[in-house]
Amino acid sequence: MYEFEFARPATVADAVQALTAEEAQALGGGQTLIPTLKQRLASPSVLVSLSGIAEIKGICQTDEGLLAIGGGTTHAEVAEGAGAYPALAALAGQIGDPAVRNRGTIGGSLANNDPAACYPAAALASNAVIVTHAREIAADDYFQGMFTTALEEGEIITEVRFAVPEAANYQKFLQPASRFAMVGVFVAKYFDGVRVAVTGASEEGVFRWREAEAALSANFSPDAIAGLSVAQEGMIGDIHGTKAYRAHLVGVMTKRAVSAAR
Amino acid sequence: MTKVTMTVNGRPMSGEVEGRTLLVSFLRDTLGLTGTHVGCDTSQCGACVVHVDGKAVKACTMLALEAEGAEVATIEGQAAADGTLNAIQAAFQEHHGLQCGFCTPGMVMSAAALLKENPKPTETEIRHYLEGNLCRCTGYHNIVKAIMAASGQDVSSIAAE
Repeated sequence: MYEFEFARPATVADAVQALTAEEAQALGGGQTLIPTLKQRLASPSVLVSLSGIAEIKGICQTDEGLLAIGGGTTHAEVAEGAGAYPALAALAGQIGDPAVRNRGTIGGSLANNDPAACYPAAALASNAVIVTHAREIAADDYFQGMFTTALEEGEIITEVRFAVPEAANYQKFLQPASRFAMVGVFVAKYFDGVRVAVTGASEEGVFRWREAEAALSANFSPDAIAGLSVAQEGMIGDIHGTKAYRAHLVGVMTKRAVSAAR
Repeated sequence: MTKVTMTVNGRPMSGEVEGRTLLVSFLRDTLGLTGTHVGCDTSQCGACVVHVDGKAVKACTMLALEAEGAEVATIEGQAAADGTLNAIQAAFQEHHGLQCGFCTPGMVMSAAALLKENPKPTETEIRHYLEGNLCRCTGYHNIVKAIMAASGQDVSSIAAE
């Protein structure tokens, strides 16, 4: 790692201030960023750890009935404490391994927007609200391509709000070495329609499979999407799987998610 | 350099570190607690697992300054002061849960975290919990058996493979 200054503020306000320094970088749980720093792929002047900020940790129900999760809440805490949204809790419990889940945070995962990360699929399928210290961003506007989001420099995710669907499920086809999703599909059925978000598959990062959403909104059963497929163009092709393989997996995992949705 | 202070195996410890100093480097190089191993250094292998405030973490993927004020437990604190092994360590010895021993500190610390959460895990639950701990010698079978035995479950019907 290159040298950097380290700051561990206790409040969001102090963290926002610390992040105004040139080349400052926020540190969530560090489960991606610390390996990145080790490889010298990033060289911040100041690393601003968010792990000491109590006000962005924890899970609660809002007055509007939404499930609100603090940006600094770990995957293990979501797996344990998000019982009101079982599919989300189950997703969190499948990220990485137990030690990774004890450090990695939902805010960190969404800010990084790794194209194979799990949380972006849940946030997009639920059209979650990404709350930062400055504003609220709908998930539909938030994800803007691989490792790219609507966040401005120095903007901190303080909370993520989820409307709990009538039924939902996440199916992850594991890439067993990295423990990321080779393809992951999150299906969420709301009173006004079904949303399907796919991670791991596209070169553009997480995306909604709208054709499947329309078919499932009319008939919420695996048969409804039997004849549908996603195009290979734009899929990720690498040593773990070809474009065609991933495109095929999108259909398979979506059907499984619909079958398993509760 | 910044001063960092934490409780390690029940004793207050402090030292001077850089912002980029990893927790595992502080434990090994500053405190001389070399029982916590660095295998892959990429948070894959789990040889560096320690507990921070009771939670298993990979000490190679956490900065020392993030453990300021924390309670840290390492493999060195697992046996009694007179050297008597704890139940998990004794079961690893009894059931041949190690060969070269490199992964063992991380395995024992992960096992301790599991048994605290889930005192009587099934074989499947143990195997899932150890997803972040790699062992290149044993094939895991005797590690799983040792953890089942340490949790007080009968392992006589589990064949040695």
